[in-house]
Amino acid sequence: MALERLFRRKRPSGENRDVPELWTKCEACGAQLYKKEFRENLYVCPKCGHHHRMSAAERVAMLADEGTFQETTRLAPLDPLGFVDTKPYAERLQAYQKETGRKDAILGGTCAIGGVPSVLLVMDYAFAGGSMGSVVGEEIARGVERAAAEERALVIVAASGGARMQEAALSLMQMAKTVMSLDLLWAKRLPYVSILTDPTTGGVTASFAALADVIFAEPGALIGFAGPRVIRQTIRQELPEGFQRAEFLLKHGMVDRVTDRRQLKGELVRALRHLHPGVPYAPGV
Amino acid sequence: MPLEFEKPILELEKRIQELKETARTTGVDLEAEIRLLEERLARLKQEIYGHLTPWQRVQLARAPGRPTTLDVLEKAFRDFLELHGDRAFADDPAIVGGLAYLEGEKVVVVGHQKGRDTKENLRRNFGMPHPEGYRKAMRLMDLADRFGYPLISFIDTPGAYPGVSAEERGQAWVIAQSIQRMGRLKVPAIAVILGEGGSGGALAIGVANRVLILENAWYSVISPESCAAILWRDAKEAPKAAEALKLTAQDLLALKVVDAIIPEPEGGAHKDPDRAIQNVKEALLRTLEELKALSPEALYQDRYRRFRALGAYAES
Ligand SMILES: [Zn+2]
Repeated sequence: MALERLFRRKRPSGENRDVPELWTKCEACGAQLYKKEFRENLYVCPKCGHHHRMSAAERVAMLADEGTFQETTRLAPLDPLGFVDTKPYAERLQAYQKETGRKDAILGGTCAIGGVPSVLLVMDYAFAGGSMGSVVGEEIARGVERAAAEERALVIVAASGGARMQEAALSLMQMAKTVMSLDLLWAKRLPYVSILTDPTTGGVTASFAALADVIFAEPGALIGFAGPRVIRQTIRQELPEGFQRAEFLLKHGMVDRVTDRRQLKGELVRALRHLHPGVPYAPGV
Repeated sequence: MPLEFEKPILELEKRIQELKETARTTGVDLEAEIRLLEERLARLKQEIYGHLTPWQRVQLARAPGRPTTLDVLEKAFRDFLELHGDRAFADDPAIVGGLAYLEGEKVVVVGHQKGRDTKENLRRNFGMPHPEGYRKAMRLMDLADRFGYPLISFIDTPGAYPGVSAEERGQAWVIAQSIQRMGRLKVPAIAVILGEGGSGGALAIGVANRVLILENAWYSVISPESCAAILWRDAKEAPKAAEALKLTAQDLLALKVVDAIIPEPEGGAHKDPDRAIQNVKEALLRTLEELKALSPEALYQDRYRRFRALGAYAES
């Protein structure tokens, strides 16, 4: 629902035209950063710790053990409602596909994470604000089914403005579809870890993303149900400092850990090794 | 307050009334004129009510006097015992529920509740629940499962409340949990969309084996106004958004998001609430009869398959 960010000017993480190509600027503190180092630091500003957005492919590279990822996502979106606003949905889809090289807002596949066999699904914010329509819902359900069938752990990295408006009620139904599919993991005692990144709102937070065994959030990530603009309009007041940020959610008991991206893989592996019944007792490995 | 598109009908009705009054007081024979106008009225009604636009239906779905959950409970059910509270934080007046009889059947009922006047609407937060409302709903689902009674839910909300307190208490989390809880029921679950089916706040009590909808109710991922504000950058384009969202009962039936449409009296449920409620009751009894044959496991599988199948995509 909160697709409000979708129409803002797009700015790939860390890019800035005012400085020479090799350099970029932190979006939060404005520090000059050497691009190569910035990338190696996983787009975390070494000066202020601000976590910049990163692409789905970079997420996979960061979390999957090297050389183990095999993509399984393959579905393409349709335009079931023939939706037209100021532009036809079909045209918007084409533009996103061209821009991201992806069919829809999710990249997923099988891999090992710290040696633990996993299904890793990563939402791509660059594609229609990471919104969940029929393709995202179906890919998640299939990912869960694959995890259950192959005794893999499930890891989902959420980055989404919510359900996709242009598929209306069908998008809404993906919330029920994805949530119900998780029962397959419950039945087989397979772990599900959710990683909430900036931003995760609307129908994605209010469905599969909130129902993991362990929930990580990245520092400073905006996470919630309603978007801040909607809330501001409703209550006609300024929102409290830090409202709906990862640290706020930790304080209110909604997430297990707020973890710096540079430690995220390590903590994820620990969680998966604790939870996956197929991994032998091995503290501190 | 009359709806804008109904004004020609109301004006004509008023003129007929005046003419009848004149005939009565003056004794002049106006029968021919009156008959003519009545014929014209019938045509006008057919023209307007027979060709309602999606936006007009949205207005009917919100019309004052439209049956609410408590109205249906009072008239279609017997011996409703309301249960309160989430056992954790508060009782949310935007969601009501409890134990009731539907003809010979013991059932558990839960539904959004809008106010029937301004004062009640404020108390009930216009039918927009906080997390405690959904926790109460989950309690009632537990109860239905524990005693093996069918769960009947009534949907009528613009959406879950978008506010600071709701976010602090995990609005997204309880909606997700409620979807999950309802999906796992081992008893028959029927949802009826009475008026507004606004997004996740509606779906949270809509994960049923059969989803029924009143003829003029709407159900979508976002309200037409909010959709227009985002995509057209102007909430006044809501009529266009209502059209684009395919949120009417007929559209939803074609998309298989709902399983059946419950007819409303001409001009909307608020014109004859008793008739509308009777139609709801008949539809519930029919649907319940159909589901009663299924075992607890079959009911779960039936619901799982129903939602698993929804969506439109291309294999490639
Ligand atoms: Zn910085």
